[in-house]
Amino acid sequence: MATLTADRKRALRTELEGMLGRGAVLSDPDELLVYESDGLTLFRALADFVVFPQSAEHVSAVVKLAHREGLPFVARGAGTGLSGGCLPAEGGIVLSLMRMNRVLEVDYDNQLAVVEPGLVNLHLSWKVGPKGYYYAPDPSSQQACTIGGNIANNSGGPHTLKYGVTTNHVLGLEVVMPDGEIVWLGGKTRESQGYDLIGVFVGSEGTFGIATKIVVRILKKPQAVKTVLAVFDEVDQASAAVSEIIARGLVPAAVEMIDQLTIGAVEDAFGCGYPRDAAAALLVELDGLAIGIETQAERIVAACRDSGAREVRTAKDEAERQLLWKGRKSAFGAYGRVSPAYMVMDGVIPRTRLPYVLRRVNEIVDAHGLRVGNVFHAGDGNLHPNILYDPRKPGEEARVVAAGAEIMKVCAEVGGSISGEHGIGLEKADFMPFIFSAADLALMQRLKHAFNPQGLCNPGKVFPTRKSCGEAGAVAYRPHAIEEQGLAQRF
Amino acid sequence: MAHTPLTLRGLSVEGVNQCVHCGLCLAYCPTFSELGTEMDSPRGRIFMIKALAEGRMSLTDPAVEHLSLCLDCRACETACPSGVPYGRLIEAAKAEIERQRPGGAVRRAFRWLNFGVLLGHPKMLRAAAAGLRLYQASGLQALVRRSGLVSRLPGTLSAWEALLPSLPRAVDRAPLPAHIPAEGERRGRVALLTGCVQSVVFGAHNRATARILAKNGYELVVPQAQGCCGALNAHGGDHARALSMAKETIGVFEAARADAVVVNTSGCGAHMKAYGALLADDPAWAGRARRFAAGVQDISELLAKAPLRGPLRPAPMTVTYHDPCHVVHGQKIRKEPRQLLAQVPGLTLVELPEADWCCGSAGIYNLTQPEMAARLLARKVGHVESTGAQAVVTANPGCILQIQQGLRERGRDVAVLHLVEILEKAYGG
Repeated sequence: MATLTADRKRALRTELEGMLGRGAVLSDPDELLVYESDGLTLFRALADFVVFPQSAEHVSAVVKLAHREGLPFVARGAGTGLSGGCLPAEGGIVLSLMRMNRVLEVDYDNQLAVVEPGLVNLHLSWKVGPKGYYYAPDPSSQQACTIGGNIANNSGGPHTLKYGVTTNHVLGLEVVMPDGEIVWLGGKTRESQGYDLIGVFVGSEGTFGIATKIVVRILKKPQAVKTVLAVFDEVDQASAAVSEIIARGLVPAAVEMIDQLTIGAVEDAFGCGYPRDAAAALLVELDGLAIGIETQAERIVAACRDSGAREVRTAKDEAERQLLWKGRKSAFGAYGRVSPAYMVMDGVIPRTRLPYVLRRVNEIVDAHGLRVGNVFHAGDGNLHPNILYDPRKPGEEARVVAAGAEIMKVCAEVGGSISGEHGIGLEKADFMPFIFSAADLALMQRLKHAFNPQGLCNPGKVFPTRKSCGEAGAVAYRPHAIEEQGLAQRF
Repeated sequence: MAHTPLTLRGLSVEGVNQCVHCGLCLAYCPTFSELGTEMDSPRGRIFMIKALAEGRMSLTDPAVEHLSLCLDCRACETACPSGVPYGRLIEAAKAEIERQRPGGAVRRAFRWLNFGVLLGHPKMLRAAAAGLRLYQASGLQALVRRSGLVSRLPGTLSAWEALLPSLPRAVDRAPLPAHIPAEGERRGRVALLTGCVQSVVFGAHNRATARILAKNGYELVVPQAQGCCGALNAHGGDHARALSMAKETIGVFEAARADAVVVNTSGCGAHMKAYGALLADDPAWAGRARRFAAGVQDISELLAKAPLRGPLRPAPMTVTYHDPCHVVHGQKIRKEPRQLLAQVPGLTLVELPEADWCCGSAGIYNLTQPEMAARLLARKVGHVESTGAQAVVTANPGCILQIQQGLRERGRDVAVLHLVEILEKAYGG
């Protein structure tokens, strides 16, 4: 991609300010710097402009300008993503949607809400909470991440086990297409006519367009909630308990595992009540009707004890429950107490392979001379090994990337996937061949081209890139550490 | 490989490396919430501070603007799972701004007057208060406000004029006696920080504090030689004077030989509790500073240790509580004021939405950043109105002035009281 000349940049800035108003366009390098990465600091790239639209028309106007100029563009919410998905291509436009954060409509009778993409996930539950409703998808970063970002990544969360992921809660989308056209996919009813375009769009990681209005389902809060903490002296026992719970036909809302290193970090952070000497703990939540929940809780306790839990207790009140969840949901951030940086993996594996894969993760990370903390959605086999490192130490970043690739390989080998909910983004683009054949990828590319024929909309993401693939604005080719090690190939 | 420690203005900013960029702070930052720009978020500012210390970035106009727009409310510290010492980082950044970008002669003179003369010398502050009282009592203030002259003052000065508190009469500004005995069974001996601005503007808070402490069995000493604790200087980037003020304060209070040092203003309490970190690199003072800091307590913290001693008269009213930033975020005191209010018979406490969000006062922020301060004040006043409370209770003079002004402008007849004033009423005050 050609670099903009200073004159051209000034002219475009004036044009963008004319569309969006003063104070809605950033182009000073010192201001752009803070937008150079998302929650994954391993990848960095500078945009030419960061703009702050306030309506679908604003977004459409910016996208049309980008289209006219051949400039790559990408939407950004809170920038809490963990795969580099909202990073700009070098140059181009970042559309920050943080000023589009309103709840436009709540229809309690039909259990839906219409929101803007920059709305913080948790703020929707706060808004509808007083009437007894909530928004079910609860990524751990829900106190900061936006619903628009959740749409891009088809985000999950601890309660995914019972309630499904973002796509199961979206009814309709107003989308600015990559050429600037504003269209609606779906609507306000459960089923819409024709192809399931919502299913296609949600999880497309910002490569199919930009959602500007989102119709989501809101659910009635469950009548009763029980949260059980089970403490284990061995990680294998905790893994076995997860399978045992499911095998006994119990359907918890969430089954989360947290290991010793992570427990130490969250206890330092908030003193949540996890025992520091445990090898692993399971946080199991049941919700639903009050009738029968006690019996189910007893069966969970029994399954954990039979698997070797040394201690099993139930949160005695809402305050204790909230504190346990606060620890779980702050875990990634709390790694800052034990390491200046971390890279989180997002592999998915069959639940029954947990003991094997967790052992392999430890071996791989050990072999690279690194440390790992595990905190993850055990119930649906969605692992989050967090590899800790110090970016100031030469060579450590490369070792992290290499270890991550080997872990992804293990997940793929046991029949799993390389991403559960964080998206492929930049980080995992080169791992796609682990699970998809060339023919699979070619088909997906055709789908992408149907939405985004010019390739200007969030280029360089999801697909392994190569110099000659013809994508405008793709990130410049540089050999990936895993390529150098012969673990992956570009095509 | 060892790396060079990161510093700004000689102050360590190594804490930036604790930030793992997770972004969980973002939704709790008032300025990010208002503007949506990441340079005005804690994560963005930490990133900028890191880039400054590493020399990747220089203090250009935008950098100064975004760092100066930080309220230093430290709500991000409460949200941060990594324990980034944000308050210390932003203070270092502000000190560096003062070194590199001290501004024009007028700004420098204004800072010298405030930080060097008024805050550094209690007598000068009292003299200024007497002058201000004359300005108000003589009717000159009313005349000036009616004349429209105020609106023609430069931005900061007109904001300043609007915020001027009504100063009490000289008799009410008189200092507390050096010693006040406990009533009933003695619980301990405590020393009171009367505060620099506090003592001239809100002497009533200090008298109420003294009375409640006595009622609850505390013998009170009020060191007469005490000056300013240096919090405003530290927050404003005047690090050198902040250090000397801290040392003086430690010396004066050590001589009082009390079990605890009690504070009823949020910024002072949070700052004095951090003396240990402030003086950590000074071998002659580090130990003394740590011991002193360990003995500092907010008034609500001390009183909540035991049930209030009765009898308490009923105060049949509905109130809401606003958490001052440096009480709730700076000192992590959230339950105690609410527990104390719950003990007042007849009083109903309604939770304030966003109770722990900054009201925009933030030390002298409402003077230096009037536009953002006004936005946050409007947000706060809107929430107060939504509760239908007859009074807002809080625990810091800056918040009281700010919220009072906001309610006055909206024509709302809602009282704004310090926690100690409500408790004093319950004791028949």
